[in-house]
Amino acid sequence: MTPTIDYHAFAPELVLTGTIVLVLLVDLVLEGRDRTLVSRIAALGTLGALVPVLTLGADGADRTMFGGAYEVNNFSLVLKAFFLIAAYVTILISVDYIREGDYHQGEYYFLILVAVLGMMIMTSARDLITIFVALETISIPTYMLAGWRKHDARSNEAAVKYYIFGVLSSAVMLYGMSLLFGVAQSTLITEVASAVAEFDDRAIVIVGIAFTIVGFAFKVSAVPFHFWAPDTYEGAPTPVTAFLSVASKAGGFVALMIVVYYGFFAASDTWQPLMWVLAALSMTVANVIAIQQTNVVRMLAYSSVSQAGFMLVPFAVAAESAAAAESAFQATVVYMLIYGAMNLGAFGVVMAVARRTRSGEISTFAGLFSYAPGLAVLMSVFLFSLAGVPPLAGWFAKFVVFRAVLDAGTTWAVILGVVAAVNSVIAFFYYAGVARQMWFQAPAVEDTSPIRIPGALAAGVALMTAVVLVIGVYPEFFARLGELTTR
Amino acid sequence: MEWFDSWGLTLAIFLPVAGAAAILVVPRADEATQKLVALLFTGATLAVSIGLLADFDYDRASGLQFEVNKSWIDVINSRYHIGLDGISLPLLVLSAVVTLLCVVYSWDHFPEPHNPKAFLALMLLLETGMIGTFAAQDLILFFIFFEVVLLPMYFMIGVWGGPNREYAAIKFFLFTLFGSALMLLSFLALYFKSDPHTFDIVALSQPGVLEMSKGVGSLIFAGMFLGFGIKVPMFPFHTWLPDAHTEAPTVGSVILAAVLLKLGTYGFIRVALPILPDAAEDWAPVIGTLAVIGIIYGALACLAQTDMKRLIAFSSVAHMGFVMLGIATLTDFGINAAVMGMVAHGLITGMLFFLAGSMQERYGTREIARLGGLLKSAPRLGWILGFTAMASLGLPGLAGFWGEFPAILSAYQPAAALSEVWFRVFMVVAAIGTVLAAGYLLYMYQRVAMGAVPAEWEDAHIHDVHTPEWIAWTPLLIGILVIGIFPALIFEMTDPAAQVVTKVFGG
Repeated sequence: MTPTIDYHAFAPELVLTGTIVLVLLVDLVLEGRDRTLVSRIAALGTLGALVPVLTLGADGADRTMFGGAYEVNNFSLVLKAFFLIAAYVTILISVDYIREGDYHQGEYYFLILVAVLGMMIMTSARDLITIFVALETISIPTYMLAGWRKHDARSNEAAVKYYIFGVLSSAVMLYGMSLLFGVAQSTLITEVASAVAEFDDRAIVIVGIAFTIVGFAFKVSAVPFHFWAPDTYEGAPTPVTAFLSVASKAGGFVALMIVVYYGFFAASDTWQPLMWVLAALSMTVANVIAIQQTNVVRMLAYSSVSQAGFMLVPFAVAAESAAAAESAFQATVVYMLIYGAMNLGAFGVVMAVARRTRSGEISTFAGLFSYAPGLAVLMSVFLFSLAGVPPLAGWFAKFVVFRAVLDAGTTWAVILGVVAAVNSVIAFFYYAGVARQMWFQAPAVEDTSPIRIPGALAAGVALMTAVVLVIGVYPEFFARLGELTTR
Repeated sequence: MEWFDSWGLTLAIFLPVAGAAAILVVPRADEATQKLVALLFTGATLAVSIGLLADFDYDRASGLQFEVNKSWIDVINSRYHIGLDGISLPLLVLSAVVTLLCVVYSWDHFPEPHNPKAFLALMLLLETGMIGTFAAQDLILFFIFFEVVLLPMYFMIGVWGGPNREYAAIKFFLFTLFGSALMLLSFLALYFKSDPHTFDIVALSQPGVLEMSKGVGSLIFAGMFLGFGIKVPMFPFHTWLPDAHTEAPTVGSVILAAVLLKLGTYGFIRVALPILPDAAEDWAPVIGTLAVIGIIYGALACLAQTDMKRLIAFSSVAHMGFVMLGIATLTDFGINAAVMGMVAHGLITGMLFFLAGSMQERYGTREIARLGGLLKSAPRLGWILGFTAMASLGLPGLAGFWGEFPAILSAYQPAAALSEVWFRVFMVVAAIGTVLAAGYLLYMYQRVAMGAVPAEWEDAHIHDVHTPEWIAWTPLLIGILVIGIFPALIFEMTDPAAQVVTKVFGG
């Protein structure tokens, strides 16, 4: 029996796979010569894969394959497009960093693309095993990328820590999934969905769901499963950190959305309180620690943990009503899209500044406004957008989360909303800390000539700036994409 | 002028931001062009505002004019809905005037670390936020504009401010952000409690659109109360104000006092009262109490100040107390007084901060004890200070009087649902506040301007008012006088709109 394959539905993944093969081959041929061509192919490949995503979107029909294990719907298409663009921008901001740092260029792009392939598959996975395979396809390349600065002990530490925590979380998650398989007699999410609602022995269902969610909580670095994130983020090469904190984290969230909304939804009394606690802890604890950071990458690492908390908030209120579920689902999607743009942009500027300061200490940002006003303004745009200050895109991300909370309208939901509101004020404090250095202090470096920024990096940052500014004033576009995902 | 009717207001909102963008394109070294661009765009904005003022149909001042209602964020049913009525019009013109005057005043003396390019761009950005807030008729649009002013003011204080500027800047920001986060939650709650779901201020103000229990309404009002109350600022949320005012550069203080504080009081009149009338009746005694505490506390704090700018800052707390007292009565008389108080305070306190800035520039200090004999050293400056101080203490015939006196009077007869006894007590306390106001202002004036020139300044050359100052100040001084003599200029605009706001309270 051979399964029927819808090649149109598979086209984005196929294009990406072709690019991966091509990158490996070209890298082989180019032995000893300039490898810029490899990055160009990789970048073009991600854009090329975007074309079938768009044609599928124009077509609009949901496509299901492999007995329901693989589904291409609006939700997966929106996120596929997100992952491809995030990968494209990651490549843009990587090019000069990777070339100048004497890294293995060919393999670098190969691994990035493989991780993106995992993310693409994740958006369509509707089966516990497919989800697990997709998750490992994302994780394994990123373990290696985190250790890409081979001769740097911090980078090694980053990779080992990330690897150990990653493997641990996979084991926990697999255990949970195996229990659910026992309950449902199937790995299909739809089967799991009906089984968790009806199965008599609640204890097994609860343990299965809890373990699966905890496994993903590691991946999205939610408190108290976040310990690996700051060290890994700080030690990994900066473009890899940008990739981890945006694309890889979003991959975890996509998986979480699939299992929670498509799989466990009926057993909301199990996962909703768990999500409530994870969200409240992630926002609050990460914020409090972020205030004390002196390294900008570590600060952004804790900020990304806190932002993950905001993305978890909608989960905690989703099951109150059908309308609440819909706006919660949309909230996480929209938050992810906006967060991706802000964070990639912020990391892009950090890299541009580090070209001069050769450091990630926040104090090295001092006086940036006086000698590189453009970078200072851009960094401020991204930081204040992360803080949720209108009219930068971040406000709308926070807004949709608050909307989901109040759409649910229960006391617990409103309490979580107030916790989120207070946290968005606390968060401002550490984002403003960097702005304070850039604007209010005298320069900390001796060389205060303008910073030369390579074209690709500038293009990546410019693209993200445009998104943050346009979506801030006209959020309708992302809101519409979010709405599509629940249709 | 059909084109102007539909696009004039939008033009007034976005001309400044276009100006900010234009300034960014000018090379950093070319300061003359930057100043010219700023002048051009603030001038054009004022011209458009005056066009709106002239084109405004005063017979229909109760309703919205220059209305635009276009789709914006359909998914959450939030629309680009703007319009002006008799309450927002004077405040819009005030914003446009003050910003232009600030550009003129800054002409030759930008505060350290100089950088006119960034300074002017931020000022223009502020103007868009201010004008937008007064024009917005949609809660989300209102929220965005309300927040747009935060960042420019934060940078203005933090970069160009005094020695303690960093603390003042972050304090200003955190206070306001905290209030507005809860305010946003309240706006969202209104959205979900309305049927059909909407953020439209006009629609939400119609009776029967909101369905909810008294408790929920009161809770939603509490969120807005924090958002607007911190901005006003009302006692006990005022602690950011003296710091922000003292540390901000002169122009920053002027804009902060003249316009930004009004965003809070305006929010009460435009959003909180009309949308949640029942909750407003419950909260009015609280607002009234805090307002009169603010009046007395602000006045007493003024008496204890040694720094001229800090004194003016605390006087703002007292004056905004009068405005809030007028609002708390929930009568059209009180609302008229409040809007008048807002305009008058904008002109007078803006002027006072200009003066404090110019004094600081000449003497290098604002320490009241070290100053003296201003009338001898720089008589024109001294007389202008005297005139403005008189206006500020509510001398009849000048604008300040029409802000204070009717506010006190309105407390005699509050809306039907409110306790008459309570509000008459407020009235008496507020009246005592005016006496204290006369006290601290005259005491300050006496020490700064009268008497002999202290030994420290005997040989110093204190320059009298120079040209950019004349240009920047004359319109304000004329405004104070004209409104003082013809208060009807403002009341005619505000009264019909105020009646609409207070109709539900039987006012």
